[in-house]
Amino acid sequence: MSVEEDFPRGGIVDFDGLRRPVCLAYTPEAAVGDHVIVHVGFAISVVDEEEAARTLRVLRAMPDAIETELGS
Amino acid sequence: MKHLDEYRDPALARRLLGELRATATRPWTVMEVCGGQTHTIVRQGIDELLPAGMRMIHGPGCPVCVTPLEIIDKALAIAARPEVIFTSYGDMLRVPGTSGDLVGLKARGADVRVVYSPLDAVRIARENPEREVVFLAVGFETTAPANAMAVLDAAKTGVTNFSVLVSHVLVPPAITTLLEAPDNQVRAFLAAGHVCAVMGWTEYEPIADHYGVPIVVTGFEPLDLLEGILMAVRQLETGRAVVENQYVRAVRRTGNTAARDAVAQVFRVTDRKWRGIGEIPASGLALDPAFAGFDADRRFATGDIVTRESPACIAGEILRGTRLPTDCQAYGTACTPRTPLGAPMVSSEGTCAAFHNAGRGLELR
Ligand code: SF4
Repeated sequence: MSVEEDFPRGGIVDFDGLRRPVCLAYTPEAAVGDHVIVHVGFAISVVDEEEAARTLRVLRAMPDAIETELGS
Repeated sequence: MKHLDEYRDPALARRLLGELRATATRPWTVMEVCGGQTHTIVRQGIDELLPAGMRMIHGPGCPVCVTPLEIIDKALAIAARPEVIFTSYGDMLRVPGTSGDLVGLKARGADVRVVYSPLDAVRIARENPEREVVFLAVGFETTAPANAMAVLDAAKTGVTNFSVLVSHVLVPPAITTLLEAPDNQVRAFLAAGHVCAVMGWTEYEPIADHYGVPIVVTGFEPLDLLEGILMAVRQLETGRAVVENQYVRAVRRTGNTAARDAVAQVFRVTDRKWRGIGEIPASGLALDPAFAGFDADRRFATGDIVTRESPACIAGEILRGTRLPTDCQAYGTACTPRTPLGAPMVSSEGTCAAFHNAGRGLELR
């Protein structure tokens, strides 16, 4: 993500290779390189990378029930 | 995004399903409110992999589906005027009104344009000062901040040939209405992560408490949904009923304050009719009187409009979760995504379209 100072504040967000202008008025804390959640051309939330990784760690720590059933 | 693929990891999905089977001792019924979540659940077949007897009911969270017929008919009346450039999100164009849709009107020469953001509509107004540009402002709490900003932008930059036809809806009053229904079967809710990214979840806390239903704020990837279902089932199994947040990476308890402030400035809460459900008190947003100059409904005085739904369509029961698309006689025959009779078949977020796209029940037709 890159930032343009304008009213309303805007930036360019890369959606899997497709770059589009996005309004950043509601995410003043968003900085270049952040991941943001975009809805109808507006960033509504900045993704917390640490939390994203932590949720995955919790899921990975879960036993694999099917493997356990097979006794492997 | 970096972690996106990992939130679709089939091995982790299998673990979550295993844990869910180990946890659920009763055939719980859980509703996902959001149409985007319905789409993922049906496409990935998550509802068919749940422990025996457990059911997902698909809720009324498809903005295209619940926008009242009156608004579609008003949109058609306004868009037909020669001075108007009518702008809308693409998925509203094929929603059937009483007679025809916006696509048909466009084919007959009306100036109907698809925009990606309401700010694009303000830009079109700026570039066409001799025309009237109208934006169809529909959707849940997620789209309201964008529409608020469009109105604020137009007001601030003196764009007077811009107006909005507003029919916003709010999720918590709809959940309350579903819970009050005598035939309600829903025992827990997955709240839509993006709605809560804007609004937070404080409004859900009194609902969870009063009705004794677990509510889990949930994201949109397959693992998000499975974890959200598991968190809801864990609460049900232990007799708890609180609001929990599965979508920690994107949602904070108070939501997005800047977005909420803009919405509070431009809109006020009003009673709103939901297509297929009926009127729900305090369940919508209308323009605040301070912004009445941007109200397309006033500017074009569309007045009272007589509406008529397709008699075959059971969209109301589908939106309330009491019947499935496959229960509808027209499903997959008279009504398909190419020839929708009702709104739930139009948008990919609609339950009927989600079922049809996944090929559910079509072999029997
Ligand atoms: S299949 Fe079509 S007609 Fe039947 S309920 Fe769904 S939208 Fe209405």
